[in-house]
Amino acid sequence: MENETTNNSVIEIEELYKSFGDNHVLRGFTFTLQEGENVAVLGKSGSGKSVLIKCIIGLIPIDQGNLIVLGKSIPDLKRKELDLIRKDVGFLFQGAALYDSMSVKENLEFPLRRHRENRSGISLHKKIEEALDSVGLLHTLHLMPSELSGGMKKRVALARTLILRPKIILYDEPTGGLDPITGKEISHLINNVQSLYKASAVIITHDLACAKITTNRIVILSNGINYTEGTYDKLKQSTDPVVEEFFEEIAA
Amino acid sequence: MFSQIKKFIITTGEITSFSLSYFKEALFPPYEFQELLRQCYLLGNKSIGLVGSTGFIMGIVLTLQTRPTLVEFGAESWMPSMVGIAIVREIGPVITALICAGKVGSGISAELASMKVTEQIDAMEVSGTNPFKYLVITRVTAATLMLPVLVVSADVISLGGSSLVEYLKGGVSLQLYFNKVFDYLNYGDLIPSIIKSFFFGFAIAIVACYKGFTSSKGTEGVGRTANQAVVISSMLVFIIDFIAVLISDIFYEL
Repeated sequence: MENETTNNSVIEIEELYKSFGDNHVLRGFTFTLQEGENVAVLGKSGSGKSVLIKCIIGLIPIDQGNLIVLGKSIPDLKRKELDLIRKDVGFLFQGAALYDSMSVKENLEFPLRRHRENRSGISLHKKIEEALDSVGLLHTLHLMPSELSGGMKKRVALARTLILRPKIILYDEPTGGLDPITGKEISHLINNVQSLYKASAVIITHDLACAKITTNRIVILSNGINYTEGTYDKLKQSTDPVVEEFFEEIAA
Repeated sequence: MFSQIKKFIITTGEITSFSLSYFKEALFPPYEFQELLRQCYLLGNKSIGLVGSTGFIMGIVLTLQTRPTLVEFGAESWMPSMVGIAIVREIGPVITALICAGKVGSGISAELASMKVTEQIDAMEVSGTNPFKYLVITRVTAATLMLPVLVVSADVISLGGSSLVEYLKGGVSLQLYFNKVFDYLNYGDLIPSIIKSFFFGFAIAIVACYKGFTSSKGTEGVGRTANQAVVISSMLVFIIDFIAVLISDIFYEL
């Protein structure tokens, strides 16, 4: 991954806490994402990775801490302000989350219409075709989600995420549930679109190959905190038992 | 036993709170008119066949079952007015509401529950859409508006079925049959039945949306949610009907 990074942070998280009853998921997580940077967050199942990115986009309210996205404090935003931020923050869901009752075209149209982006039909259609083309699925325009394979669904969901040209994209297990070959294709696709759209990204993944291909930096989330971080090569050579164990477990 | 009572009270409270949220959200913009119209069309169009055929059969069955007794007392000329009042006041609204509780209620709750499980509701939220407004307000409003339409349709079709039996068995013409029906029917029969149909529609859809929106336990929860929605809304139909009959009875006595 060779995206250019600057020193402007687009996400700043400081001492983030989130609990569900007695389950303390995030216990003072601290993290910064720079403009143009792609960061993978690795963690065991149930470690709170998905909770973290859902907090970032305001889907889950935080208990305590500072969470600033594109200069705005997410917990302090009202619904309308949050919607404006969400236009600049794309989210690729683990299961693609395509609307079953809508065709691929309508799925892509939905965020454009909701954010009142270009109401004229021609421009709307052009944007949809452009986004689908960028993931190589222009021919699926009139298909229903049920007619797509798992990998195709992920690609269409990625196109839906890209259509608003977000400044940040949050990926929740982009290669989860896919075979290794399709997973690798998706990783390369993410890499390509990140370069093309010049967006910053937080990628939640279990897939080391995906993290290696798509990111500049890897953060290890353990016990609700940012346990350690570094490049893929640096972490792979680490002698820290938690990091070692982590890499061995995931590799296994 | 205690835990079941506690659960019942909590669920009742949550449904009430969910209903209050409906009124709070429905009053303020943005309004989802396009989706509301789509839901009205889906709800009405997809239910009219079932509601109509059930109503037709009910009209036939009611007339066939009642006819011998009335003939025995030489009172078969009372058939149109008796069937008309029974259908318009009670059978039409309740049967239609129960069919809708089964068909529409289970459909809405399963759809929303599956959207929740597959994160489609979250996806809607991050697309800058208030899912409560887009999914709940539209469906509840559509059901509230469409149920009275379905009830009136069911009433007419049901009376059609009844008139067919009267024509075949008693040689009563269609015109005479409906003249007799309308001679005895008045606004006092029709209006309470239509008013309670609005409440039936609201109750069915609000329960279905509540169950779908608060569904958990993955895909297994989807089926359970649909089942619970049908049970609760069917029960509510009878409770609302009971209250409506009590209230309209007060007006009849005035």
